[in-house]
Amino acid sequence: MDQIRVQGVTHTYKSGVTALYDLDLTVEKGEFVFIIGSTGCGKSTLGKLLYRELKPTKGTILVGGINVGKIPNRKVYKIRRKMGVVFQDYKLLDKLTVYENVAFALEIFGLPKDEIHEKVVKALELVGLKNKLKMYPRELSGGEQQRVAIARAIVNGPKLLICDEPTGNLDPKTSMEVMTVLDEINKLGTTILMVTHDINIVDKMKKRTVLLNAGRVLKDYAEGEYTK
Amino acid sequence: MKTFRILGRNIRDSFRGVWRNLSLSLASISCITITLIVVSIAMILSANVNNFTSQIEKDVTIVVFLDQNIEEDDIDSLYYDIDTIQYVESITFKGKDEIAGEMMEASETYDSIMSNWTHEDNPLQDTYLVKVTDIDHIAEVAKEIGYLENVSVVKYGEGMVEELVSIFDMIKNVTIVIVIALILVTAFLIANTIKITIDSRRREIEIMRLVGASNINIKIPFIFEGLVLGVIGSIIPIIITCYGYAALYTRLHGQLFSSIIKLIVPEPFMYNVSLLLLVIGMVVGMVGSLRAVKKYLKI
Ligand SMILES: Nc1ncnc2c1ncn2[C@@H]1O[C@H](COP(=O)(O)OP(=O)(O)OP(=O)(O)O)[C@@H](O)[C@H]1O
Ligand SMILES: [Mg+2]
Repeated sequence: MDQIRVQGVTHTYKSGVTALYDLDLTVEKGEFVFIIGSTGCGKSTLGKLLYRELKPTKGTILVGGINVGKIPNRKVYKIRRKMGVVFQDYKLLDKLTVYENVAFALEIFGLPKDEIHEKVVKALELVGLKNKLKMYPRELSGGEQQRVAIARAIVNGPKLLICDEPTGNLDPKTSMEVMTVLDEINKLGTTILMVTHDINIVDKMKKRTVLLNAGRVLKDYAEGEYTK
Repeated sequence: MKTFRILGRNIRDSFRGVWRNLSLSLASISCITITLIVVSIAMILSANVNNFTSQIEKDVTIVVFLDQNIEEDDIDSLYYDIDTIQYVESITFKGKDEIAGEMMEASETYDSIMSNWTHEDNPLQDTYLVKVTDIDHIAEVAKEIGYLENVSVVKYGEGMVEELVSIFDMIKNVTIVIVIALILVTAFLIANTIKITIDSRRREIEIMRLVGASNINIKIPFIFEGLVLGVIGSIIPIIITCYGYAALYTRLHGQLFSSIIKLIVPEPFMYNVSLLLLVIGMVVGMVGSLRAVKKYLKI
């Protein structure tokens, strides 16, 4: 089964701006896909539709076989628990430590403490921050903060990880560190869809790359096909 | 187990919430405190008013004096006539000899004068003592008895009793209005406190949603926070109620103005009032926060 199947999706904002036009896109289980395109072409809109921040105006979106566009607001949390989301601005809570920030995502499910501990440590180990559990976000570099956010996104073992410009605030070297982490997570079986405008990263990673233009798929490059 | 863990986390979070915007929380708490103190006074007042109006009502009696020359048969038929009148609760016959006996017992002077009276030359009148079910209708009942035959005079504590009861009723109604107004103001203030908590936690709420917190997950801490405000706000009123009422009771020797008006015994009365205060505090806190959550936390 495909992890993501977008069929004939159009999204028009309340303001009247149409961000996506009749879009089709299929992502297989375990794939790593970049979504690129110039600013305002609808990349973030696509991401928001996938994690059901928005509902499509037209068309269907299946994530793991579930028609997410049909999920009512009060049930959105159910699919959020099955996927991870990562943003450019990390979205960490300043008052919580690294450990607490990651544990936060598990506490709301009411998991037992020792189980939370085990999962949090494992996730932080995966992103290489096992030795910074007690630090606060402001004591970390941008790349480290983003890795905490990634740990939080994957701590529950989601099948799908959606990243919207996760390296947008990072310098090239740090960006590549984050990409290494993401690649590792992908290799462990998590499907990753990453929105970016960083052509250098896309060029280096040699993954499938979908180029959007004005709300439509302009080109779908297979793995290794894309060069800048 | 899982529910308890989530509950524990919510309670912890709600205390954190109260602590985080302490000044506003304090405003809400003092508002609840003031409201509950007034509520407590109102409850103590109205419970006591209820208590002694019912006492007075029980004691107020219509005395029906029968004609001097009334026949035995007419005494009985008069009983049935009075009994048919609405609002009459009980009728007791008190003959002139019994009255004379009581008077003689009460005073030696009477005793010396009355001791040689025979039934025939006893100038007193036989009476019926009539009690009514509802003091509001006492005048009506007295008037109707007055129309009956063989009745010479009808007497009761005219005016005074009704006035007292109506004053107490008015006091009760005024306090109820004040209490309702105060409760509304308090609920509004709590709603505002919770709104500010919600605003200060928008980011956290957004993140909670992203990581898969359900709506209930997100809302419950705020509702708990209102609850916590209510509980904290009821502490001082409860202390005041318990110590205050007990002290007042001792000071007044359990009565107000005169021994006619007896106060309610502090135990268990003040504990019931305290429990009610706690419940009102919790409900007001919860209603206030529910309102805020409904209005400002659209998710
Ligand atoms: N909330 C919104 N309300 C109205 N229009 C919006 C909203 N969000 C985005 N848009 C519009 O939809 C279009 C696509 O926006 P989107 O954020 O998906 O672009 P993007 O590809 O992510 O751009 P960028 O690379 O700058 O992040 C743009 O024209 C934008 O102005
Ligand atoms: Mg964007």
